[in-house]
Amino acid sequence: MNMSDNFASRNVIGLSIGAIFAVVVVSSCFAVVPETKQALVVRFGKPQTVYNAYKPNEDFGRTGAGIIGKIPFIDQIVWIDKRVRNFDMERQSVLSTDQLRLEVDAYARYRIVDPLRMSITAGTERRVEEALRPILGSSLRNELGKRPFAALLSPERGAVMDNIQTRLNRVARQYGAQIVDVRIKRADLPDGTPLDSAFNRMRTAREQEARSILAEGRKQAQIITAEADANAAGTYAESFNKDPDFYNFYRAMQSYRVTFGTDGTEAPGSSNVILSPDNEYLREFRGRR
Amino acid sequence: MNDSESSGVHGGPLLNEGGPWGGGGSGGGGDEPNPWNQPPRGRPGRGPAGRSAIDELVRRGRARFGGRGGPEPDAGRLLLWGVGGLLLIWVLWTSSHRIDPQQRGVVTRLGSYAKTLGPGMQFTFPSPIDRVTKIDIEDIRVKDIPEGGGTGQNLMLTGDQNIIDLAYSVRWNIRDPELFIYELANPEETVGEVAESAMRAEIARVALNDAMGPQRSQIEQRVQQRMQEILDSYRAGITVQGVAIKQADPPAAVVEAFKSVSAAQQQAQAYLNEARAYAQQLGAKAEGEAAAFDKVYAEYRLAPEVTRRRMYYETMERVLAKTDKTVVEAPNVVPYIPLPPQQAAKVQQQQ
Repeated sequence: MNMSDNFASRNVIGLSIGAIFAVVVVSSCFAVVPETKQALVVRFGKPQTVYNAYKPNEDFGRTGAGIIGKIPFIDQIVWIDKRVRNFDMERQSVLSTDQLRLEVDAYARYRIVDPLRMSITAGTERRVEEALRPILGSSLRNELGKRPFAALLSPERGAVMDNIQTRLNRVARQYGAQIVDVRIKRADLPDGTPLDSAFNRMRTAREQEARSILAEGRKQAQIITAEADANAAGTYAESFNKDPDFYNFYRAMQSYRVTFGTDGTEAPGSSNVILSPDNEYLREFRGRR
Repeated sequence: MNDSESSGVHGGPLLNEGGPWGGGGSGGGGDEPNPWNQPPRGRPGRGPAGRSAIDELVRRGRARFGGRGGPEPDAGRLLLWGVGGLLLIWVLWTSSHRIDPQQRGVVTRLGSYAKTLGPGMQFTFPSPIDRVTKIDIEDIRVKDIPEGGGTGQNLMLTGDQNIIDLAYSVRWNIRDPELFIYELANPEETVGEVAESAMRAEIARVALNDAMGPQRSQIEQRVQQRMQEILDSYRAGITVQGVAIKQADPPAAVVEAFKSVSAAQQQAQAYLNEARAYAQQLGAKAEGEAAAFDKVYAEYRLAPEVTRRRMYYETMERVLAKTDKTVVEAPNVVPYIPLPPQQAAKVQQQQ
């Protein structure tokens, strides 16, 4: 009984160890390459094959991703990102041709297109980025330094970025990378005097605008007033000119009433009238002669 | 015995196949993914623990079924049954997927993209072969720039070399889950950077006044378009639903000057209003007077002499009724002019 017990347990143990060992060996014969990674198989330190290498415009599901075979314990796999990666440039101070200083932030997007070269020259993605970052900075400075400040704020900016991308791509190719895009994230005036003087310029421009708006308002108001005066004069003239003599009489009558305070309002000052009997009004006063 | 049992359970999750046998299957559901999720190279390291667990299981099995004649085949068969059952549960568990309506499931078969599952109950091969990543595609994500509602200023240069303080947000969602997963290393950060770049490029093309006022909606549209183009060129699998400018103000340092402009606009408007009021008043007055004259003139034309006399007498009557009158009748007589009462008093005092 004891003997067979021992035998059974040894049997189970043996089977288990065997199974585990088999699983380990079999599983180290295969590796799963995901869609997001490129696999570089290295045998005794010598790069052998690249699986799932980047090809432009391929459809997922038809890439090299999937299960691959390898020699256990001899082949090692170096995983390299297949996705578009990005690195930022540190904020750079750029001097334009018209001596204006700008603080520029830029970023670049790239992908590893030649994993073999990349692994030989740089080793890791991070080191590729470290190598490219200063080059992005210097080519940005060079390219922007050739142009006036205003060009940065114009459609020409696109051409600048294309030039920088071309420059950067030349270097990136040495590292097995390809620059997908370079873009200026920010282009600002530096704090301190440049920013303050820009603010000052804006302020004075606004004050000027405010004043010219006021002046324009006054001008328009004056024009409207003058036009009204002219129109009124026209209206009067048109009407009164029908009989200037009668107008003279009519207006005189109105004027007397106002002057002597008989139009309902109290005329300032009292009035004395000394009438000559020859006065028109008193013509009948003496009776008919 | 107790010690070794607990160490067996804790130290050997690999060999938890004994679960239903020893512990009545408790915790079997929770632990069952473990054997499959273990990376292959983890296995040799766990060997010794596993072996002791096996020992323990065998010993326990022997203790339980010790009364029977042949315990060893029974133990082996039970072990097989247990493993088989667990495998079955595992397969069922990992091959059926519930995809919610707003989700899509991206299936990779041995690492390679196989298909994208639509909503509903979906079935794939079990786990180590097929893996499913569920992605929410309907959810519209919002990226605020500057981050966190923007307490500080986000200054930008405009096309006329002025500076604007701009806050905006981008709404986006995932269009192609597989592109979203596979193409970009950090898609969400990319959206932010692309938005910033596109917005600054766009603002650099318009004048400050346009950016603050009338062209806001065009700017929003163009930024959206530009972002979409850039993201498509990255094959990001992202749709930009919209860009909203939340705030476009002059920087705080010059805001006072901008207010003076709007004050001046108000003032100018006030001038115009006053002038218009004057014009209307004057026009009405002129028309009124002219009309009055016309009426009288019409009557006058009918009987010029009589009307003239009548108007004269009426006017003189009213005028002279209110005044002190002195009529000097005879020639060569010095008229006595009566002084008004106050003046007379003054004259008397002086005398």
